[in-house]
Amino acid sequence: MQNSVSIKDLSLSFGAVNVLENLNLDIGDGEFLVLLGSSGCGKSTLLNCIAGLLEPTGGQIFIKNRNVTWEEPKDRGIGMVFQSYALYPQMTVEKNLSFGLQVAKMPRPEIDKRIARATEILQIGPLLKRKPSELSGGQRQRVAIGRALVRDVDVFLFDEPLSNLDAKLRSELRVEIKRLHQSLRNTMIYVTHDQIEALTLADRIAIMKSGVIQQLADPNTIYNAPRNMFVAGFIGSPSMNFLRGEIAGRDGRPVFTTNGVDFALDGYDAAETLRPGRKVVLGVRPEHVSVNGEGAETHQATVDIEEPMGADNLLWLKHAGHTLSVRVGGARRFAPGTAVKLSFDMGLASLFDAETEERI
Amino acid sequence: MSDSVTLPAPAATARAGAEPWGAKPRRALSGRNIMLYGTLLVAALYYLLPLYVMIVTSLKGMPEIRLGNIFSPPLEITFEPWAKAWASACTGLNCDGLSRGFWNSVRITVPSTLISILVASVNGYALANWKFRGADIFFTILIVGAFIPYQVMIYPIVIVLREMGIYGTLTGLVIVHTIFGMPILTLLFRNYFSALPEELFKAARIDGAGFWQIYLRIMLPMSLPIFVVAMILQITGIWNDFLFGVVFTRPEVYPMTVQLNNIVNSVQGVKEYNVNMAATLLTGAVPLIVYFVSGRLFVRGIAAGAVKG
Repeated sequence: MQNSVSIKDLSLSFGAVNVLENLNLDIGDGEFLVLLGSSGCGKSTLLNCIAGLLEPTGGQIFIKNRNVTWEEPKDRGIGMVFQSYALYPQMTVEKNLSFGLQVAKMPRPEIDKRIARATEILQIGPLLKRKPSELSGGQRQRVAIGRALVRDVDVFLFDEPLSNLDAKLRSELRVEIKRLHQSLRNTMIYVTHDQIEALTLADRIAIMKSGVIQQLADPNTIYNAPRNMFVAGFIGSPSMNFLRGEIAGRDGRPVFTTNGVDFALDGYDAAETLRPGRKVVLGVRPEHVSVNGEGAETHQATVDIEEPMGADNLLWLKHAGHTLSVRVGGARRFAPGTAVKLSFDMGLASLFDAETEERI
Repeated sequence: MSDSVTLPAPAATARAGAEPWGAKPRRALSGRNIMLYGTLLVAALYYLLPLYVMIVTSLKGMPEIRLGNIFSPPLEITFEPWAKAWASACTGLNCDGLSRGFWNSVRITVPSTLISILVASVNGYALANWKFRGADIFFTILIVGAFIPYQVMIYPIVIVLREMGIYGTLTGLVIVHTIFGMPILTLLFRNYFSALPEELFKAARIDGAGFWQIYLRIMLPMSLPIFVVAMILQITGIWNDFLFGVVFTRPEVYPMTVQLNNIVNSVQGVKEYNVNMAATLLTGAVPLIVYFVSGRLFVRGIAAGAVKG
């Protein structure tokens, strides 16, 4: 796949603070890449560097194989959508869409043609004569997307575009953005702190922490084979259970043992040999534990708290001195204090080194 | 049979009863209100009294003033003091009243206000949005300028203006007013522009707009309140200025305030209190009108500009 955006050794520091350090990232043509991380991790900074709104202290940025490191934002072939919509308040929707094109001195018929196309794609025809203050949040964000659309660019940049919307609108617009990407096939770079948006929209997710990409992979890999404990804990809600313990040998086979309880590691695909005595952390997602089901190995646990969530039911269990969260179907109810049998799906579990917190 | 049917109590009865229902009733004439409005009333009267005395005195003839009842309304209303103050009161050699000073002040205030606001708004915009190397230091220096007493700078400025050949002219005074308005106005505009969402500026840059296009087409239309604030500050400040007027101009181009002083403080002849009052009211009329006309916008702009530093 041809690269649409390439970032080479990008660094950015504000005074003594290094926000980004030697960051490398290649984004394929037509790819939907999500930059995911908590606030302050540098994801928006990275996006602003790609847009040309921030000057990097070092490194290069290529868009469509052209070095744009020193180019003005308007010459980079990008369109950007902001969290606060950033619509020009004194202009009508139509003026908002045409502003950039007028600045570029584009002939009027061409401007009209582009506005008509964007209007049709986003279905904002009835809004054209209105001012932004007369629009709802969802409509405003649609217009903001339209403003990127009329620029007819190769790369779309989204800076937390849905964070100001309420939950219902957010899920609606999320689907719309996905549909937009499927029909346009543009490269899209999307910054968010919302893991659901990341998992649903992305072709690939780059999880960032303090300016460093922790893992860059497709959502499935990120979810099921997180590279370190940060990624594992960041993705998934409720978050992954972490059990601290160590590797022990039983009959020549490695097992995970914690507080005197053994977990067979059959089915776990370890990248390294599991040497007995090594301190490790076992990570198990709440939905990868079955309650009172069939399993080769079962563990005794008691229900501490039950949190019914409609579609499913979250149990907080006491097991071997740990508190475990386990997700079961919404119809299966357990009274507090009930004794249950657990079996763990080790094929989907993760094992991390206790020191480095890296996946083993 | 009929008593077995109990309807829920209508709202009206519940309201009349002792049970609390809906909004808590408030008495208009509570002790608290009397204290509050009483104090406000007394304070208002205290500040309005001098104005009242001035207006009343300016409408009396001199014989009536000599009776000494300064609070009594005029027995015979006369506008002659006003006419004299405007058209024929003497200051030094000129006996054409305050009208000369009024037009001088207009010729000083209008260009000074316009130029200083234009320059300061562009300054503020550049400082808020186009951060350049050393922008913060530049800004700090500018702000420090606001705290240096004017008196320190008067003599050097006199020399500078003399060397430029514009000492004693209106042009010189306009330049002085423009420069001295810079620190506070730049601060005002910078704070206002930094409070506008930064993403708007970014969006405009992605749309390809340059320095002036963003300023004229995005920032200006959003900044009416702060322009009104700056205009009020400048118009009243420059109109009321006495020090620069008396130092940097010559008698024939004295602004209204300086002329007023010369009328009121003339030592020869009888003190014409009615003319003095009328002259003072005339001089104060411009800032007063400006406040009345744009007070609401002023408060809005001050509130908006004061939020962020």
